Amino acid sequence: MDWIALWLSLRLGAFTVLFLLPVGIIAGRFLAYTNFPGKGFAEALVALPLVLPPTVFGYYLLVLFGTASPIGSAWQALSGKPLVFSFEGLLLASLVFNLPFAILPMQRGFESIPRELRDAGASCGMPPWRIFRRVELPLAWPGILTASVLSFAHTLGEFGVVLMVGGNIPGETKTIAVAIYDRVQAFDTASAGRMSAILLLISAVTITLTFALSRQMGRRSG
Amino acid sequence: MSGLKVEVHQEAPIPLAAEFYCAPGEVLALVGPSGSGKTTILRTIAGLYRPRKGRVSVDHEVWLDTDAGIMVPPHRRAAGIVFQSYALFPHMTAIGNVGAALEHLPASHRKKRAAEILQMVNLRGLEDRRPADLSGGQQQRVAVARALARQPKALLLDEPFSAVDSATRERLYQELASMRRRLSMPVVLVTHDLTEALMLADNLCLLHHGRSLQYGRPLDVLERPASVEAARLVGQRNIFSATVVEQRPEFGFTILDWEGHRLETAAAPVFRSGDSVAWLVPPSKVLLHRRDRPSRGTSENPVSGVIAQHILLGDTAVSVLHVDGRDDRRITFQVPAHVAERNRLGVGEKASVSLLASAIHLMKPEPEEQRTLNDRNC
Repeated sequence: MDWIALWLSLRLGAFTVLFLLPVGIIAGRFLAYTNFPGKGFAEALVALPLVLPPTVFGYYLLVLFGTASPIGSAWQALSGKPLVFSFEGLLLASLVFNLPFAILPMQRGFESIPRELRDAGASCGMPPWRIFRRVELPLAWPGILTASVLSFAHTLGEFGVVLMVGGNIPGETKTIAVAIYDRVQAFDTASAGRMSAILLLISAVTITLTFALSRQMGRRSG
Repeated sequence: MSGLKVEVHQEAPIPLAAEFYCAPGEVLALVGPSGSGKTTILRTIAGLYRPRKGRVSVDHEVWLDTDAGIMVPPHRRAAGIVFQSYALFPHMTAIGNVGAALEHLPASHRKKRAAEILQMVNLRGLEDRRPADLSGGQQQRVAVARALARQPKALLLDEPFSAVDSATRERLYQELASMRRRLSMPVVLVTHDLTEALMLADNLCLLHHGRSLQYGRPLDVLERPASVEAARLVGQRNIFSATVVEQRPEFGFTILDWEGHRLETAAAPVFRSGDSVAWLVPPSKVLLHRRDRPSRGTSENPVSGVIAQHILLGDTAVSVLHVDGRDDRRITFQVPAHVAERNRLGVGEKASVSLLASAIHLMKPEPEEQRTLNDRNC
C-alpha cells in the first residue's frame, strides 16, 4: 500500500478544488449571465478536455510546461526548478484538465436561477455583490458542490495526463492511480487491489455525500 | 410635481413610446396584449431595463434621465415590485423574504419589522414557512409584503393575479382594493385584463406595440376609445363606419347616416357634416325591445334584424344580430339569460334593438391600409 501516493493524490485533489472553486464560480457565472460574441467558441474551449484523449492533452501540456516554452522558462526563472515532473506542474495540469468539470456544473447552477430572482434582489435594495452572496450562491450551491466533487474525484483518477506531465516520481508526482499501474506492472496485485479498493471507497463516499447534500438542499429550496 | 412621471422612447430593440403620470395614492393600470411593452415599461421604472431614451422621476427624485446621463441603479431606487411569478427567494422563509428587503435596518430590528409587515398582510403564523409550503395567494401576500417593506416611493405590480386560481384572485382583488386606501405612493399595475383594470385602477394607459394609445379613466377608455385601434384593443366589437349628416350642437346631438339608418348620437362637434366617421356602441348599451310590451325607448335608434348567434354564458346571453339580415352589419348585445328566454331569443329569430344615443361614440375612421390589414386578420 503506497500511502505516500495516496496522500499526494488527496493533496492534489484538494488543491485543485481549492483553486478551481473561485475560477469556476467566476467563469461559470460569467458564461451563465453574459452574452458576448464568440461565447459558443469559449464554451467549446472549456469543454475541450472532456473529449481530448488524455495522452494528447498531456503531450500538449508537456510541451507548454517545458523549458522551451515561455511558460516553462518563466517558471524555471522564478522558482529555480522545472515545471514538468514537479508537483506544481502536476497541479497546474490538473487545474487545466479539470476546467470543464468545475465550470460546466457551476454554469448550469447559475443558469438555473430565474432572472426574476436576481431582479427581486435588486428591487429589495441589494447591491450586486449582496445579490451574489444572498441569492445566487445559495441557489447555485448544488452546482458548485457537484463541480467540486467531480473535480476532486476526477483528479484522483486521472492517469494519462499525470503520467505525461508528472512522470512517476514518488512523493512528487506519483499519484495513487499511477501507483496502482506501477504495482500491476510489478505483478503486486495484492497492493494494486488494496489501493483500487481505497480509491473506489473514497469515490463512492464522495459521490454519495454529494447526492445526499444536493437532495437535502433541493428540498430546502424547493 | 410629486408622484411618478414616466417617459420612454426608443425604436429598437423593443419599440417604446409611452408617457404617463401616476399621482400619489393612485392606481394606474398599464393595459395591453402580450408583447405590448407593458412589462418593459415597468422594468424601466424599477431600473431593471434601460431604454435608449427616457425619463423617470418620483417626487422630484430623478431615477432615469438618459439626456442627462442619469441612471440610478435598481437597488438605490425605492421601487417595490411584485413580480408575475412573485420571485420569492425559495431558500428563505416568508419572514426571511421580507427581511431581505430590510437589510438597511440593524439586524435586531429587522425580524421584528418583517413580522409586523407580514401581520399587515394577514400572514401571521406562517413566518417560518418557505415559499414552496405556501399557497399561491399566500405567496402573493409575501411578495406584496416584501415590496412594501422598504416603504417604496412607487409600488409596481406585474400581472400579480395571473398565477392564482379565480377564487383566490377574487379575494386578492378585494384585498388590494382595501389595501390601496392605506397606500400613499403611486401604484402601477400591469395587466392584460381590462376587467381587472376597471375594478382596481383609477386611470388606465392603453399600450400596443410599445406605444401608449390612450390614457384616461378606465371606463372612458373602454367606452370612449380614442381610435378604432384602441377600440379593438379594449375588445369593442360593434365598430362601424358612417357619415355625419347633421350637426345640432345646440340640441346636443349629431345625426349619422349608417348605410341608410339615421342614428342620433350625443353631440360630437369635432366632426363636420359630410365627414366619414367610425362609431361604436358597447354591447351593454344595446337595448332589446320587448316583444310583449314595446316601451317608449324603442324610438331611440331602432334597428331590426335576425339573430345569427346566440350563446349562453352563465346568467348572461350574448347575441349577434344581423341588422336588416346582412352579415356585414353585426351588432353584438348582451341581456340577462331570463330576459333572453322571455323574449324567445334564438338563432334565426327576428329581433329589434335600440342603440342608446348617449353611448354611441364617434372616432376618426381607420386609415385605409389599417382597415385592410384588420379585415385580413379577421
